[in-house]
Amino acid sequence: MLLKRLAAAHGVSGDESEVRDILKEEIEGTVEKIYFDPIGSMYACKGTGRKPKVMVAAHMDEVGLMVAGFEKSGLIKIEKVGGIDDRVLVSKPVTVGPNRLPGVIGAKAIHLQKINERTKVINIDNLYIDIGSRSQDETEKLVKLGDYVSFKVKIREIGDNCLSGKAFDNRAGCAILVEVLKEDYDLELTGVFTVQEEVGLRGSGAAAYNVNPDVALVIESTIASDVAGTKEAFHATKLGGGPAITLMDASFITPQKMVDLLVNTAEKLGIPYQFRRLTTASTDAGRISQTYSGILTGVVSVPCRYIHSPFSIINMDDWQNTLRLVKGALNAIAEGGLLE
Amino acid sequence: MEIKRFLTDICEMHGVSGYEHHVAAIIKAALCEHADEVRQDRLGNVVFYRKGKGDGGRPRILLAAHMDEIGFMVTKIEEGGFLRFTSVGGIDTRTIVGQEVLLSARETLPGIIGAKPPHIIPDEEKEKAYKMEDLHIDLALPEERVRKLVSPGDLAAIRREPLMLAGDSLAAKALDDRAGVAVMLCCLQELERLHHKADVYAVATVQEEVGVRGATTATYGIVPDIGIAIDVNHGEMPGVSEQDVSQMGKGPTINIGPNIHSKVNGELIRLAKEYRIPYQLEITPGFTGTDARAIQVTRGGIATGLLSIPLRYMHTSVELVDLNDIRQAGRLLAHFIAAIDTPFVEGLICY
Amino acid sequence: MKDLLKKLSETYGPAGREETIAGVIKDELESFVDETFTDVTGNLYAVKKGSGAKIMVAAHMDEIGIIVTFIEEKGFLRFSNVGGVSPYILLGQQVVFSNGTVGTVSMEKLDDIKKLALDKMYIDIGARDRDEASAKIRIGDVATYYRHVSFNGGRVIGKAMDNRTGCAVLIKAMQELGDTNNTVYAVFTAQEEVGLRGSRTSSYRLDPDVGLAVDVTLVGDTPEPPSPMAVSLGKGPAVKVKDNSVICHPRLKEMLINLAVKNNIPYQLEVLTAGGTDAGAIHISREGVPAGVISIPCRYVHTPGEMVELEDLENAVRLLKLFLEGPVDLQKIFPCYPR
Repeated sequence: MLLKRLAAAHGVSGDESEVRDILKEEIEGTVEKIYFDPIGSMYACKGTGRKPKVMVAAHMDEVGLMVAGFEKSGLIKIEKVGGIDDRVLVSKPVTVGPNRLPGVIGAKAIHLQKINERTKVINIDNLYIDIGSRSQDETEKLVKLGDYVSFKVKIREIGDNCLSGKAFDNRAGCAILVEVLKEDYDLELTGVFTVQEEVGLRGSGAAAYNVNPDVALVIESTIASDVAGTKEAFHATKLGGGPAITLMDASFITPQKMVDLLVNTAEKLGIPYQFRRLTTASTDAGRISQTYSGILTGVVSVPCRYIHSPFSIINMDDWQNTLRLVKGALNAIAEGGLLE
Repeated sequence: MEIKRFLTDICEMHGVSGYEHHVAAIIKAALCEHADEVRQDRLGNVVFYRKGKGDGGRPRILLAAHMDEIGFMVTKIEEGGFLRFTSVGGIDTRTIVGQEVLLSARETLPGIIGAKPPHIIPDEEKEKAYKMEDLHIDLALPEERVRKLVSPGDLAAIRREPLMLAGDSLAAKALDDRAGVAVMLCCLQELERLHHKADVYAVATVQEEVGVRGATTATYGIVPDIGIAIDVNHGEMPGVSEQDVSQMGKGPTINIGPNIHSKVNGELIRLAKEYRIPYQLEITPGFTGTDARAIQVTRGGIATGLLSIPLRYMHTSVELVDLNDIRQAGRLLAHFIAAIDTPFVEGLICY
Repeated sequence: MKDLLKKLSETYGPAGREETIAGVIKDELESFVDETFTDVTGNLYAVKKGSGAKIMVAAHMDEIGIIVTFIEEKGFLRFSNVGGVSPYILLGQQVVFSNGTVGTVSMEKLDDIKKLALDKMYIDIGARDRDEASAKIRIGDVATYYRHVSFNGGRVIGKAMDNRTGCAVLIKAMQELGDTNNTVYAVFTAQEEVGLRGSRTSSYRLDPDVGLAVDVTLVGDTPEPPSPMAVSLGKGPAVKVKDNSVICHPRLKEMLINLAVKNNIPYQLEVLTAGGTDAGAIHISREGVPAGVISIPCRYVHTPGEMVELEDLENAVRLLKLFLEGPVDLQKIFPCYPR
């Protein structure tokens, strides 16, 4: 399954090449043109010349770690790439560098800890990756400063039509965009697989600049916090509740007519949907909507529990419905009326 | 012009973010002989354009080093003629108490940054660092005269004569990032000896310390194929972990990470090895706190690099650099520029 | 000015939902300008065409608000902020939605008031259950402070003086603008309170020669003010030197000061140690735009009881008009050092 392959691939912000290569292979033949920009985003274009011009974006990168230094013992010091809670790092296997070396982030055994130590968070300055080497020299032969590190997990089926694993934020979105690009629409469509969203929405502004669309849609993966101990008011989104339509996030307020288009499309096609009930966190829409003289933009997201951790969960019905909603929205945009 | 002389001149001068014109004038005078054209844009960035050899479709390379420094701005004149102030850029309040400043008001006025005298402060308060709102600038003038000469908005910077220390080290204020401007001077001087196809836009940028503002607009106007920011990074000292620092005198530091194009880096490292230029590496796992941050995301995206000079005691008035690191950085950049051709540029978007 | 300010202040227009206030402003200006139009971000433009310098003047028309994120079973509304909203200021206030529904903001039990935060609070519109609430309010609806304007001997108290005062000043200046060669774009920007978003896209669109913003600023004339500011109510409009988003172009700052001095308009100099304005986005648009700010001194910013002095507004109008009517010598503003 493409989504499983994408999620398992190693593509931390700054080196998205493995993901990009898989995606390129998948979309070749379904689009008219594929090109890249200097930062590494990939553009796939079809329907050149039709109107309106629509851009659909999904970021390829995932959060992860970077090799920051070496200890004499051979252990590797790390820094975070993107937003990761320190508490999900400890006691996890990882994949290091372009040679995909396996390693582990260990922790001091509980037997060796003092009582008051156990209540404190182990923060990243006290976490190391062990690749099994016995000295700094040995490590430096295998690993370089700046190598990227991702979590080492198997993407598995779990529960009722769900998947567990890393990087559904935002390989779920990328997989949807691949499917979207397979069809034809009565408009000019540029799908952009953007880079470096997780380290400051870095690829999307340049992408919007290069494409200069009339309308843009962003496909994302967002927080589902419908878990034990969380009141319903703070669920952000619910797993199984359908694609989440953004009303407002930290970077962007969705224009009402875009919200209306998405809601009407969902209702017309019988697609379950929910609103993203969180107003924090930013997405590529923040940069895209602010490019040039402003671009009409919307965001739909696949709900994801335990986002930005090695074992997040998405519901494949949500994924399918998000895909249906995006396709439906594109057809609705092609029908006209959105841009007056 | 020799860089020791150049740096001593421009570091002593005041050029706080937003009001860089005095420093800009000296930089212009020193660099213009190596440029075919010099212009200044609307925010004050000074662009030194050096044409490459070769017909049409020459690669365009931007160099950016910021000429602004951190400083102080008067917010209010208090009773007694004492001046309350705020910082322009990131200032550690602990490093400014008891310092001498020069204030650019209707005249240039010397002053001292003072606080309440220690013997009237309760002991618990003495344990805490000063907050900026507890400090004032004392001009030793009566209030009436102060009100005639000084206005809210007037700028001050620490008064510091640059000092040469052992081993070709220079201690001065504003080496962040006048050291980078000196690297540009070295680079342009080296380019006189080399053959380069690329057009070079060496920009002394403004307002980096308050949000990389000059680099944003300068890059938009130039639209280079490659942009290299030249800034400073932390030199080693006790209490700071090894992974966060570079060593003084061991050459310029090349930055690795998402803000940097891997082929630009690859080329810098390759040339450093080829020409036996010492270099060091540092990582930044997100965007850097330099002009490189603005350059990379301008217009349709730009292949970016960052070269830094190791510097101790950043954002104090006794910043310290090794002049040899500056010279080496200038050489490396010059060789880089000389090595860039159209196929290299085309390869930047091959993924 | 009084009536205009009252009308503007009491009109609904939180960030992202500026249609109503834009409509009111458009009605005020339509007959005085050559053209009005809006854009995708929600900005309202009113232009007086000329052949000289292109000047953009921005006054943001949005205000802060709170957005409904959830409707509880018992009809209480959970919310988040739109722009800078302090939970302490919000507590106990009445708020109003675009359809006129009024509610009270209250909080859950707290043992330490220092821990007050928006997620411990809710809006009560008096609905008995979710169904009754949903008949009036949807998730995504935004409420603003609910307040009528009061006039106290030359001073005005009301909500959204940030920045309906700026809008009032800009409207009056455009209505009273004399003959000028300059092309003047009055832009009533959207979404300033959530990140200068309207001014970013509008300044890109217009690509002006110079830009000005008209906005409120804090003052230092109240008991133990939070920061030492040299700005007071009633001492005239302030010429901004710096805030966190912009260091005003020295030449523009000079121009404004000179105009004030020459024409006997009281003015103050302002250094704001926190906060930003539309000029922050305008000045780094494209290749850079020389930008300045005329600030209206305002007490209690981002509360429902913001206070300004009418005379400061009148003087701001005078200063702005002089700037817009005057010749703008671009050569003097862009020093281009010859080789």
